[in-house]
Amino acid sequence: MSPINEAADRNAAPLAPGETQKLKFYQKGTHTVGNRLVDVDDRAVQSSLDRSNALTCGHRACQGCGEALGARYALDAAMRATGGNLIAVNATGCLEVFTTPYPETSWQLPWLHSLFGNAAAVATGVAAAMRVKGRSNVRVIAQGGDGGTTDIGFQCLSGMFERNDDVLYICYDNEGYMNTGVQRSSATPPAARTATTPAVGDEPGNVFGTGKSVPRIAVAHRIPYVATATVADLHDLERKVVKAMSIRGARYIQIDVPCPLGWGSASHDTIRLARLAVETGFYPIFEAEHGKVTAARKIRKRTPVVEYLKPQKRFAHLFKGGVEDPRVARLQAMCDANIEEYGLVDHHDDDV
Amino acid sequence: MEHPFAITLDVGTSKANHTGSWRNERPVYVHRLPPCNHACPAGEDIQGWLSFAESGDYEAAWRALTENNPLPAIMGRVCYHPCEGACNRAAIDAAVGINSVERFLGDQAIAQGWAFAPPAQESGKRVLVVGAGPSGLSAAYHLRRFGHAVTIREAGPLPGGMMRFGIPKYRLPRDVLDAEVKRIADMGVRIEYDAKVENIRDAMTEGGFDAAFLAVGAHIAKRAYIPAGEAAKVLDAVQVLRSMEGEDKPLLGRRVVVYGGGNTAIDVARTAKRLGAEEAVIVYRRTRDKMPAHDFEVEEALEEGVMMKWLSTIKNVESGSITVEKMALDDKGFPQPTGEYETLEADSVVLALGQDVDLSLLDGVPGLVVENGVVKVGPNMMTGAPGVFAGGDMVPSERTVTVAVGHGKKAARHIDAWLRGATYDPAPKHELASFDKLNTWYYGEAPKTVRPVLEIARRKSTFEEVVAGLDETNALFEARRCLSCGNCFECDNCYGVCPDNAVIKLGPGKGFEFNYDYCKGCGLCGAECPCGAIRMVPETI
Ligand SMILES: Cc1cc2nc3c(=O)[nH]c(=O)nc-3n(C[C@H](O)[C@H](O)[C@H](O)COP(=O)(O)OP(=O)(O)OC[C@H]3O[C@@H](n4cnc5c(N)ncnc54)[C@H](O)[C@@H]3O)c2cc1C
Ligand SMILES: Cc1ncc(C[n+]2csc(CCOP(=O)(O)OP(=O)(O)O)c2C)c(N)n1
Ligand code: SF4
Ligand SMILES: [Mg+2]
Repeated sequence: MSPINEAADRNAAPLAPGETQKLKFYQKGTHTVGNRLVDVDDRAVQSSLDRSNALTCGHRACQGCGEALGARYALDAAMRATGGNLIAVNATGCLEVFTTPYPETSWQLPWLHSLFGNAAAVATGVAAAMRVKGRSNVRVIAQGGDGGTTDIGFQCLSGMFERNDDVLYICYDNEGYMNTGVQRSSATPPAARTATTPAVGDEPGNVFGTGKSVPRIAVAHRIPYVATATVADLHDLERKVVKAMSIRGARYIQIDVPCPLGWGSASHDTIRLARLAVETGFYPIFEAEHGKVTAARKIRKRTPVVEYLKPQKRFAHLFKGGVEDPRVARLQAMCDANIEEYGLVDHHDDDV
Repeated sequence: MEHPFAITLDVGTSKANHTGSWRNERPVYVHRLPPCNHACPAGEDIQGWLSFAESGDYEAAWRALTENNPLPAIMGRVCYHPCEGACNRAAIDAAVGINSVERFLGDQAIAQGWAFAPPAQESGKRVLVVGAGPSGLSAAYHLRRFGHAVTIREAGPLPGGMMRFGIPKYRLPRDVLDAEVKRIADMGVRIEYDAKVENIRDAMTEGGFDAAFLAVGAHIAKRAYIPAGEAAKVLDAVQVLRSMEGEDKPLLGRRVVVYGGGNTAIDVARTAKRLGAEEAVIVYRRTRDKMPAHDFEVEEALEEGVMMKWLSTIKNVESGSITVEKMALDDKGFPQPTGEYETLEADSVVLALGQDVDLSLLDGVPGLVVENGVVKVGPNMMTGAPGVFAGGDMVPSERTVTVAVGHGKKAARHIDAWLRGATYDPAPKHELASFDKLNTWYYGEAPKTVRPVLEIARRKSTFEEVVAGLDETNALFEARRCLSCGNCFECDNCYGVCPDNAVIKLGPGKGFEFNYDYCKGCGLCGAECPCGAIRMVPETI
């Protein structure tokens, strides 16, 4: 820590008699990627000149792709945590397709692709191979979209969890089969319009009461580490990846990655939507170890769910003709239930 | 291509694919005008100097500040800080305490003995400055920096103008004033005291001056006709405050009535209290919210026991008492007499009804125009007489130290150009960095540091300074609350959030560049830039 930082950390502000004030040091840049005023170690991996750019430029993801962003965030953090001893195994999906149209690749780490549904199994194999070769310092990440994870890849994933294979599985959750034209997956939220849940009929969009939460299912496997994360909170995401890489055995991280094309949102809104998903309680961000939820990321500014829904065309039918569909209230109730379940809002105010 | 087993593609080969061709909008780094800078009458680059202060480099901060204003320790005490009124941070929690950081820097400079560098080269031109108030001092400082030989002629025995003979000590200690004036003199500015300029034309010809800057202020107290008995004691505010600087303190008595509603009235009433008056009553013809005095000053005066009599005019002054008439505001907000009278005890009455300019030195100057008792100047601060410039209280404008300092700087720039036979064209102003240009998510919550205030009891009886300064820890804290509106503070957000690695980080102090070969124009960098330093502009095809 620099002398300035130490000085300011002393909390020595003289105040009017009887006055108390908590001194928060990093007023500017508390939440930014970097900060010229803090130690290099306290800045995000993404702020450094020598980040590995595991997923580099020239890829063919859409403008403002949350998945491209999330993948670079996660893999660069893992690259730093493992000293570059990392192999990635990718399921079929956007991330695979937009990075590797033959004869190009955007990957700057060893990277394998096999099938849509078998990434977890292939990664298990790679980890076993490394162990057999006496190179267990080389770590393995499996990654895929929500379709490849929650649906077709689910059996392989559950097997990997159950055997506690030494793999970190990262699911980039854009809430649909985006690569093949935005079909519904078991991670698509209720009421969302997709190609297979069109905005027609009495209750347009995806139905309520279906779908599944793979993070919760992963917790139920009692694996060493499970976390959800978001491209809207880089520091939290990087910390979780680093933590995951410090653990051996099966680990699962699911990252909320907005998809401008599939969600019908503006390309510059990708991070804002991810942020709103957290701030509304729509996408709870938490951590669990060995079957128990250990931490949840608190909401900073609690926001009604409509603010999250409105910028997305996949929910446009909920506000058609200026009338709010009663199902908005059901979505709000879902958020409220998340807030309750994970304790996302502090009832005492300790942030001022 | 030869590849090892199972390897089909080369690392990073996608770089051959220039996805920048997809773009229909491009991000560009811009500078926008921070609202504080925009509001500063002295034209300070507040955001600029705060950015040095927040890294703990106070000398660099002070040097950046004094590029525009040579009097930060004074300013940090008496400026009414319109910057804070405009500060974007107010919409998040509370405005940045700019004024207190400025004072901290000014005090630091005095303590450390930081000095101004004399000009590298002499221009050979001579400029006369009339009046050593803030406006004259500011002009002299800037003119000297341009290399001109500057002489200030001051009618009084000491420098500072109304900063010394108006503003009381408990708001501006005189050692602070002296230190900042000395620093300007040390640059080679010649200051002549007790040297009233009687006629500007003669003074210029006799002294061989190429140009002049007039800043004589407004010192003639305005009078109102009030019938007064022979033994009645009626004084004017300027006279009272001026005599505070001399050997013989004014004798005001136990019960002092001050007539007027401006800052001067407040200063006189607070001074009377400190001189031992049991009662100091301000009589004003309108209501508190209509008072020209600043609310915080009214508040401080009330705390010290100064009393206020709103909606009242003085009708008559006798020895020991006055008669006031109650007023009522009409529907236009003007006070109208009610015919109700009241008697108040008063040993003296001090009139604080404003000041006029003594224009006698301008008699017979051709081309010079006087309107409403003040001297008309053009946008370049030049009067109708070529080579004669003017600023501060004597020209039509708001009458504050800060405005006076700003006039001095502006005039100096135009005088410098005029002396070279050129014109000074200020750079066009950047677009305003209004609140909607910011992404405030990225700023942590932080309340404004409360400036410690001397205990009320001590304040009432002494002329010690009322508001104390910040120390290093809280000055740093306060500086770091700045949002850096409109100007990159190297938070790395753009570099981090670009899904296409299309932002090149150039290293500390150098900022960033876009790599348009790969930028797809998604606009995420612009949307997530906390301080509004990136603008998206349509691509032309
Ligand atoms: C009681 C009081 C309190 C105030 N408080 C504040 C405050 O808190 N904050 C703030 O911003 N403003 C305040 N002001 C206003 C502020 O002081 C003035 O606006 C400012 O000083 C004007 O600066 P100036 O240089 O134009 O004139 P002045 O400060 O008036 O200086 C003019 C100088 O010229 C000299 N002079 C005059 N005629 C001649 C001549 N013929 N030859 C040579 N020299 C001459 C005078 O002696 C004087 O020194 C206050 C004013 C008063 C009266
Ligand atoms: C067995 C099999 N079925 C179908 C496909 C076609 N397919 C390729 S990618 C994809 C959708 C991928 O969705 P998801 O896993 O959510 O990733 P995203 O593209 O949304 O990132 C599908 C259906 C396939 N490649 N293999
Ligand atoms: S975030 Fe990257 S791709 Fe998007 S506009 Fe900015 S530089 Fe271009
Ligand atoms: Mg998907």
